[in-house]
Amino acid sequence: MDLAVWAGRPLLLRQPFPPETVDDVVLGCVNPHYDEVNPGRVAALRLGCGAATPGWTVQRNCGSGMQSVDNACQLIAAGRAELVLAGGTEALSHTPLVLPPETAGWLAEWRRASAVERARLVTTLRPEHASPVVTLLRGLTDPNCGLNMGQTAEVLAHRFGISRAAADRYALASHQRLAAAQRSGALDEIEPMYDGAGTCYEHDDGVRPDSTLEDLARLPPVFEPPFGNVTAGNSSQVTDGAAWLLLASEQACERWSLEPLGRIVDVQWAALPPDVMGLGPVFAATPLLVRAGLGIGDVDLWELNEAFAAQVLACVEAWADADFCRAYLDLAGAFGRLDHERLNVDGGAIALGHPVGTSGTRVILHALKALRRRGGGRAVATECIGGGMGGAMLLETGR
Amino acid sequence: MSDEAVGGDALLAATAEAAAPRANVLEVTPLELGGGERIADELQHWRLRRDADGVYWALLDQTGTAANTLNEPVLEELERIVERVRSDRPPGLVLRSAKPAGFAAGADIGMFRGLTDPVRVRELVERGHRVVNALADLDLPTVALIHGHCLGGGLELALACRYRFARRDASLGFPEVQLGLHPGLGGTARLPALVRPDEALKLMLTGRSISAERARSLGLIDAVAEERHFARAVQLAVAGQVERRGGGAAVRGMTLGPARMLVARQARSETAKRAREEHYPAPYRLLDLWERHGGSVDDMLRHEPASFAELLTGETAQNLVRVYFLREALRGRGKGRPSAIHRVHVIGAGTMGGDIAAWCAHRGLVTTLEDREARLIAPAIARATELFERRYDDRRARQAAHDRLVPDPSGAGRRKADLVIEAVPEDLELKRRIFGELEGQVKDGALLASNTSGLLLQDIGQGLRRPERLIGLHFFNPVARMQLVEVVRHPALDPALLARALAFVLELDRLPVPVQSAPGFLVNRILSPYLLEAVLLLDEGVAAERVDAAAEAFGMPMGPAALADQVGLDIALEVGEGLRATVEPTLPEVPEWVRRKVADGHLGVKSGRGIYEYEGGTRKKRKAPESADPAHIDRLMLPMVNTAVTCLGEGIVDDADALDAAMVFGTGFAPFRGGPLHYARERGPEALRRRLEELAEQHGPRFRPSPYWSRVFAAAAGEPPAAPDAPPAAPPQP
Repeated sequence: MDLAVWAGRPLLLRQPFPPETVDDVVLGCVNPHYDEVNPGRVAALRLGCGAATPGWTVQRNCGSGMQSVDNACQLIAAGRAELVLAGGTEALSHTPLVLPPETAGWLAEWRRASAVERARLVTTLRPEHASPVVTLLRGLTDPNCGLNMGQTAEVLAHRFGISRAAADRYALASHQRLAAAQRSGALDEIEPMYDGAGTCYEHDDGVRPDSTLEDLARLPPVFEPPFGNVTAGNSSQVTDGAAWLLLASEQACERWSLEPLGRIVDVQWAALPPDVMGLGPVFAATPLLVRAGLGIGDVDLWELNEAFAAQVLACVEAWADADFCRAYLDLAGAFGRLDHERLNVDGGAIALGHPVGTSGTRVILHALKALRRRGGGRAVATECIGGGMGGAMLLETGR
Repeated sequence: MSDEAVGGDALLAATAEAAAPRANVLEVTPLELGGGERIADELQHWRLRRDADGVYWALLDQTGTAANTLNEPVLEELERIVERVRSDRPPGLVLRSAKPAGFAAGADIGMFRGLTDPVRVRELVERGHRVVNALADLDLPTVALIHGHCLGGGLELALACRYRFARRDASLGFPEVQLGLHPGLGGTARLPALVRPDEALKLMLTGRSISAERARSLGLIDAVAEERHFARAVQLAVAGQVERRGGGAAVRGMTLGPARMLVARQARSETAKRAREEHYPAPYRLLDLWERHGGSVDDMLRHEPASFAELLTGETAQNLVRVYFLREALRGRGKGRPSAIHRVHVIGAGTMGGDIAAWCAHRGLVTTLEDREARLIAPAIARATELFERRYDDRRARQAAHDRLVPDPSGAGRRKADLVIEAVPEDLELKRRIFGELEGQVKDGALLASNTSGLLLQDIGQGLRRPERLIGLHFFNPVARMQLVEVVRHPALDPALLARALAFVLELDRLPVPVQSAPGFLVNRILSPYLLEAVLLLDEGVAAERVDAAAEAFGMPMGPAALADQVGLDIALEVGEGLRATVEPTLPEVPEWVRRKVADGHLGVKSGRGIYEYEGGTRKKRKAPESADPAHIDRLMLPMVNTAVTCLGEGIVDDADALDAAMVFGTGFAPFRGGPLHYARERGPEALRRRLEELAEQHGPRFRPSPYWSRVFAAAAGEPPAAPDAPPAAPPQP
């Protein structure tokens, strides 16, 4: 929650209108803290939007931060709001450990029990009672197919023939691109954060541009040892983060003389079997572009959230494969091969981290920022979503 | 409409019997005043009502004040109420305040002024005792309902009731010791009989107030309750269904002879760490009283008035009462219209800028803090975190304060602020550039302030299109502890903005003193000769500890060597040099070793080493306390007095009281001495002038009496001021 405040305050401070002017606040969050079950409203209040500004929270797993922006679009399109703050926040480092249900049952009995019964109850305590459920790991495991997210990447790596070396090469590029972007100032949307001990955090600290392919090759597979291909090095990092976008109607832009970063042209959500959820971007972005009459090469920049290197590469392979495109995307042939020079140009979640509820907002924001640095054009921000879904947004900035 | 529909309506309408006004129902919980009927019309300061159960509610609502205080008329009327209760015998009596501010803030301190006859004071106090004892002796349930401040005499009234319930916002305490007194309406007797005597003594000896929750855990109140449940609390108390919390074996045990001696001895040694008996007798008299008579409430009640009367008529209490009014006078300058400042932007996140910003956020203002680079703001956030940890127990309040303090490396807050405070290094060009930028950025009605301590406002404002909205707000270090803020005016300043700035300082819970923009302003100007004299003593080979001991023997909270380290030797040097070059030509040159220390980076507390050595901000390896040399006291203190006279003569400050107040609240100048000018008057201006001349002969011209000496003291003695006493139209320019 603090992250959402740290990200939101500078955004609102820059605006010519007071925070109370915001009509609604929508926040994506997968794991709200148990003290703040509706972080959207908490953020609205803590950001000074006033008691009269509503706030709510949306959850579509890794799509939450894009869902919130979609909801904001809809509110404005329907004429129900002029200014909406939409974003995502996630503190994966704060996901709780919880007691298993057996322990809860035992505690309930203990509270009812007399002293004599308690003496007996004590003897029934078992080590399992003290073994907590790690909610983070449970949350990253699909409840229907039983695979965790890393395993779905293993599935894609196998089916699309993505080698360990290819995945590692992609991961290394992500780190190098992010480091270059941090150096060049291409990440000026990152706001500094401070802690109570007097440390200033100006950048995400997971970037390792100095690692080598050899380093990466040495890492053991984490999800399917000992023979798997997906490692900590070619997966996104489990991190904390928050991002906000301010969405405004045309009228609000005029009234407050706002200069928009860009325009959201269209949105598409899609679904597919949970065990291959990593192809979500393919299933979401293809109809989005087809509807706009655009081909894969008509998009200047792609922000395709890097859940796993193998998953990103599998998406690229799927689009380039004529059989796949005919069978699953209703296309006459291959959609085309995505150019790495247009894909995640400033690195991605492998180097930066994937705070799940936040990443959707972040890829939209960074796509717009990167477009503007390149003189404008058209971008797609897209991501795969645990549970077997994909989300994609077509964005535009003036040239 | 069918009958059924009517029935439904009636059902819905029956939710509340007497609806309170609902226009502000979402914001305001009205005070529970018992409802019922008014049964006494002749009272001025109280209202007496009888509720539906017949219980009497005595509601204190002193005429003409925002907060209740206790004085003779209030107590006289209470006496009549108690008499009436005794004859009417209602099922219970409730005591509470009808003012939103709180129960009662204590005695009306105005009564204490100028009292010199202990016998008369004792009679006065004994009259009060009769009223409070009559209340305590009522043989029916009496209930005090407490909200807001319940201090001093107010708490003593509550202590005379059988039950005490407090709202969560209540703050309870005995601040008498801050006026050189101890409680005088039975508090010294009733408190140690109710809560553990060691805790009771601590409350009375430190003067600190405590929260309702703490008071409950001590047994001082019986329950913490919300306003909405006060009526129910009264019903249950009157029905005898509330368990009382005070008293008990532990409390009684500690009042027994040997235990009492032990507790008193411990409390005495704690007190000795904080206050000298010759400067502050009150805590010692309180301990004497309890040690001798604490075994019996009645004995305590009998002996309290004489002890109180002796203290009140003494010099310490009278001077502290004076200081109380000095503070009120400073506060008075900020009263009137609110400042309308809601957002503050601070430029410069160094020690001063960072701490000012944190304090503003603490006081409820959204505050943006700018510096050239994001990382430069980090230490300020760390210090703010410490401040908020100290100030708030409640993590939500702490978080809200953090949320209000916004690091702003981009400077976006400039455009939104109602007040911009500049706190960058003392570089005239830099400051001019910043204010030049600000002129084109800030909102129309925004105030521009500089926290400069060494530069003149008229110089900083040169070249501004609108210098009339530039003002000096000179905070002292550490901001959270130093109450004074010099509000610096200059010839071009718009008087309306001065009024807003004074109001703003008061809203920050600091004390504003308007001063003229002349070198050193007021406090540093007066302090510099004192610090310099200390340096000269060091130069003569006197140990720093011994120099400091002399100042402490006079009553300064901290000696000049320690103070110089606190202020920073670099700043002290800069200010001293500046003054010597401008308005204080008789100041001797700062010795070479001070310059060397500054050049070597030994600046004092902030660098870990100055005159003393520090570790983590506290002084290292204190030597055994040195004894003070009485000859040093005059050498240190009289230059301050002398410069104070000059400052008043030059019109740096409006009047003598404002000057005394500034020195007490800005430097901790021995409060029980009432300020430097008051001290001079008490000691005798003529004697003092001769002493200065003597010192001038021994040590040099810096001791020569101020040219304004006779004018200042003639005016103060009530003689017509020597022509024209009005200060020179403009202060001397460097």
